[in-house]
Amino acid sequence: MIDIDNLSVVFGDGENRVLAVDQFSLRVEAGESFGLVGESGSGKSTVLRAVAGLLDTWTGNIAVDGAKLGRKRSRDFYAKVQMVFQDPFGSLHPKHTIDRILSEPLIVHDLDNREARVRDVLEQVQLGPSFRFRYPHQLSGGQRQRIAIARALILRPRIILLDEPTSALDVSIQAEILNLLDDIRTQLGVTYLLVSHDLGVVAHMCNRFAVMRQGKLIEVAESAHLGTGALSHAYSRQLLLASKGYDRALVDTFADL
Amino acid sequence: MVCAMFSTRVENKMTQTPILDVQNLNVRFDTPKGEFHAVKDVSFTMGREKLAIVGESGSGKTQTGRAILGLTQGRITADRMTFHGSNLLGLSPVAWREIRGRRIAMVMQDPKYSLNPVMTIGDQLIEAGHRHIGTISPRQRSLEMLEAVKIRDPLRVFRAWPHELSGGMGQRAMIAMMLMAEPEMLIADEPTSALDVTVRLQVLAILDDLVKTRNMGLIFISHDLNLVRTFADRVLIMYGGRVVEELPARDLYSATHPYTRGLLACAPEVDNPKKRLAILNRDPAWANPPPRGGR
Amino acid sequence: MISAPFRNWLLSDTPDSRFQARMGRFYLGWLTFAKNPLALLGLIILVLLIVMAIFAPWISPHNPLSGELEDRLLPPSGKFFLGTDENGRDIFSRIVFGARTTLYIIGLVAVTAAPIGLLIGTTAGYVGGWVETALMRITDAFLAFPKLILALAFAAALGPGLENAVLAIAITSWPPYARIARAETLTVRNSDYLAAARMTGAGPFRILFGHIMPMCVPSLIVRVSLDMAGIILIAAGLGFLGLGVAPPQPEWGSMVAEGRSQILEQWWVCTYPGIAICIVSLGFNLIGDGLRDVLDPRGK
Repeated sequence: MIDIDNLSVVFGDGENRVLAVDQFSLRVEAGESFGLVGESGSGKSTVLRAVAGLLDTWTGNIAVDGAKLGRKRSRDFYAKVQMVFQDPFGSLHPKHTIDRILSEPLIVHDLDNREARVRDVLEQVQLGPSFRFRYPHQLSGGQRQRIAIARALILRPRIILLDEPTSALDVSIQAEILNLLDDIRTQLGVTYLLVSHDLGVVAHMCNRFAVMRQGKLIEVAESAHLGTGALSHAYSRQLLLASKGYDRALVDTFADL
Repeated sequence: MVCAMFSTRVENKMTQTPILDVQNLNVRFDTPKGEFHAVKDVSFTMGREKLAIVGESGSGKTQTGRAILGLTQGRITADRMTFHGSNLLGLSPVAWREIRGRRIAMVMQDPKYSLNPVMTIGDQLIEAGHRHIGTISPRQRSLEMLEAVKIRDPLRVFRAWPHELSGGMGQRAMIAMMLMAEPEMLIADEPTSALDVTVRLQVLAILDDLVKTRNMGLIFISHDLNLVRTFADRVLIMYGGRVVEELPARDLYSATHPYTRGLLACAPEVDNPKKRLAILNRDPAWANPPPRGGR
Repeated sequence: MISAPFRNWLLSDTPDSRFQARMGRFYLGWLTFAKNPLALLGLIILVLLIVMAIFAPWISPHNPLSGELEDRLLPPSGKFFLGTDENGRDIFSRIVFGARTTLYIIGLVAVTAAPIGLLIGTTAGYVGGWVETALMRITDAFLAFPKLILALAFAAALGPGLENAVLAIAITSWPPYARIARAETLTVRNSDYLAAARMTGAGPFRILFGHIMPMCVPSLIVRVSLDMAGIILIAAGLGFLGLGVAPPQPEWGSMVAEGRSQILEQWWVCTYPGIAICIVSLGFNLIGDGLRDVLDPRGK
């Protein structure tokens, strides 16, 4: 479904040149939920943005559904690939009502029956019709993230890119959003590419995941193996141990970063 | 009832007198929509230990921490709030300056916003310790503090500007700055939530060691139950401005309050896969006073 | 002042229609604005100015365009209560009719200069590259000259007349708006909601007009209303120098100019139009300050 081959992304030039992603290759199957794990600066979000067509400075090959992608993406591409952003307070236009936010993709793609589609998608993310004419600032963080998910769903895409969709939320709200995302995938059979720094979230949501560090792919592993700790790379193992909580003795074993 | 629960009181005043004693702390804000009661009847005492205050956003945990240092915009009332027996209520700005930073220090969430961007780390360290009278030079002391927070090249960091440091380094520098005045207590408000997991544990290890070697008290404010369970000695769980449960950190899994249990159940865990995450059903009654005035 | 059910309808957290949502937002803005007594004073001044302009023929007791020569330079009295000028025309009537000219000028400048600046600034900020360089250098070229001098040059080149004065003022007023709009655009350009808009497949026009401009408009409105005072003064300056309105038409600036030779003996001829300019400028300044509190894009 998503084929990334030899992807490199460079930001800035001269002295400020940063190689954010370094010869990254990955294959995500249709219907799969795939995780990208790494610490800040690992390039995981950059990979996602390159796939989404939000970056210009990448080299290599990206193909979605067998079709090779260029720098500029067509409207048809966005009917197929959508994204949910990390910060629910920054990803909804502050001066647009929920109605406008959800109708806009329909207008751009010339789809009819907008009223019904907006109402349906609100129901799908378990928000009633009463939310339709509110502004984002009248919503809680969890509700906003549901709207962001609704916006991604309304074009009925086949791939949804999830960029840390719950890291700005409380853990109880995170549970609701993750369950919702799970349900959507079961019902619609969409493919997820999920970026997270939280191994727990990735283990829960994804069948397979890739560990990234400093722009490079470290390893690809199956979530089912996480419980038994069968990770081949030392860095991945350290990440796994660190995510289990504080242990004074463990900290001394960390390779210095 | 609370105090009796966590410590078997020994008649040794030197070690068991609480550093901080808070009884029925309330913080209220005036908003255009009426009064907002952010902290409700919070009581606790603490000694030289790691006390964690846990809760979700809006639980009042941050306001509780700030109220202890008089840093909140809201109105503070309490039956008692003492630090080493001296009253913290209604202090003058001058009296607060004696306490803030010198005897109780605070570490904030994001070093990006708490470090002064136009001063080098070294200058900020020296300024933070300017009231300390000692035998060694401020510069020497600063370098020692940077070493104490496990910075391997103290001189480089001493000369660095805040923007040249990573998040973990910045937070270490921040802690070093707090230590300059040799406080007896540290309030850390989500000190590691902006950091990566491994760096997070390294910073916590530094705090942990400091509490042990310098005999300090630490109030650790966090939303992360898993971290708190493995790091702190004792946990207060807050909901809707109220402490709903208090227990030793290692007993967190045997918590009795439905809110605590709900929070534990809804977090995904790496080595304990759940088919579906539990949903927390909030009971508005949790934020009400306990039925038979226990305190 | 406003009935309780209507108030609840306005302030509802769950509006039922686009209209209700918009009215609710508007009402909240009004509540903030109304909390500022000085801003309300400014609003009252503006309303009085508009009323004066609309009902000028009914308000003014005398003909503003012609007077009797025997009534020349009369001091304020029961009949001419702000006095008369050297052509025997009633100054009060001329000030009332002059409100029309003033409103016409500031209205026209606001609807031309602000949109031009908005379009140029947002385009430069969003498109970037050589387009931005070109547009912003043109803006800088305009900004390099003092506004009044530039307006004078344009008005002199275009010839006297109200329309030409408006044109000259509009041409010289847009550059600051373009700068503000560009700065606002740069702050929102990398926001997630614009990335989300691009991910709907929306084209640059939709993003520019539907997503970026709404974020720039509030600060522009504030700036325009603060600039109004300056525009009135420039219009008055042009009138004073004879480059504004053609003579018998009343205009506050040219009225001040006409009275300047008698300023010591017949002080009322230039003082009252001067006070009018002063009050209206002040009114717009107060409104601008009030709007800043309401519309501050960083407020919410």
